[in-house]
Amino acid sequence: MHEMSVAESLLTIISDEAAKHNARPVGARISCGTLNPINDEVLCFAFDAITKGTSYEGMKLQVEHKPIQAQCRKCNEKFDIEFSSPECSKCGSEDFVLMPDAPLILEEIELQTD
Amino acid sequence: MKKIDIGKKILIENEKHAFENILFLNERKKLCLNMISSPGSGKTTILVRMISDLKGKIKVGVIEGDIQTDIDAERIRATEAPAIQINTEGACHLSAPQISRALKQLPVDDLDLILIENVGNLVCPSAFQLGEAGKIVVLSVAEGDDKPVKYPAIFAKSKVLLINKIDLLAGGHVDFNLEKVIADARKLNKDIKIFPISAKTGQGMDDWYKWLLKSIETNSMSQ
Repeated sequence: MHEMSVAESLLTIISDEAAKHNARPVGARISCGTLNPINDEVLCFAFDAITKGTSYEGMKLQVEHKPIQAQCRKCNEKFDIEFSSPECSKCGSEDFVLMPDAPLILEEIELQTD
Repeated sequence: MKKIDIGKKILIENEKHAFENILFLNERKKLCLNMISSPGSGKTTILVRMISDLKGKIKVGVIEGDIQTDIDAERIRATEAPAIQINTEGACHLSAPQISRALKQLPVDDLDLILIENVGNLVCPSAFQLGEAGKIVVLSVAEGDDKPVKYPAIFAKSKVLLINKIDLLAGGHVDFNLEKVIADARKLNKDIKIFPISAKTGQGMDDWYKWLLKSIETNSMSQ
């Protein structure tokens, strides 16, 4: 349940940005990698819980999951890796290097303008 | 409605503290490792045995993370090694600011190795950098041999895999295919060092110590 820590950190950044733009945020888009995954439902539940009764209540969160890439050591192919069957998508080799995973990012927020 | 690009790391505050911890440890040339596993894999037993076996060779300090109680820190202190207990009060992982505070309480300058025993959990702790030089994942044979496939993140991110309680294999008490675990872990992480051990009987511990002492000596985990 580290989504609660993530929700708290997320709220800190969103409230900073809201104050900067002097507007009420209504939505946010987040992206995360494969090795730092976020469970969308749990994150939304945690975020709802900590924003209840505040001006952030009802904000819609959208989470984009980015695949992790690997590079084959045999044929040099770069491919999105599936952990259920970790092998090169081109030559089937299991000898590959994992590329850096995408970090957890707050991509954008949506502000109410009227 | 207006959309604004932010592009900020959500865990940036944790990362800043982790980076400060790295600087603090690097300035002092101290190796710090972060042990992660399910509850009951034997992390504390491994630490207690290590500290006793390596007495006279290296000085170890321990940071213990648990939801509650200081049972683990007391077990470490019984070996006369310094231990700081962090109670997360429900949180499922340690975070970098907690480690910053604990490092200030440990006699770091007198130590050769700082071991962090994370909260027992194979998932969440892997997402939070603490400032460690590397992660050690501990898997005990009683947990089953499907863990690298089910929890790939921690096996992909760790420098070392300790497979504990291998004394149970001999009696046929558990169904655990050691070769399968080693192969599955290596598929995710070609460079991971794997040591099958028993902290109870001491089996396999010497190979792990040899590698660890070399890492401390060279202040590097890339051997």
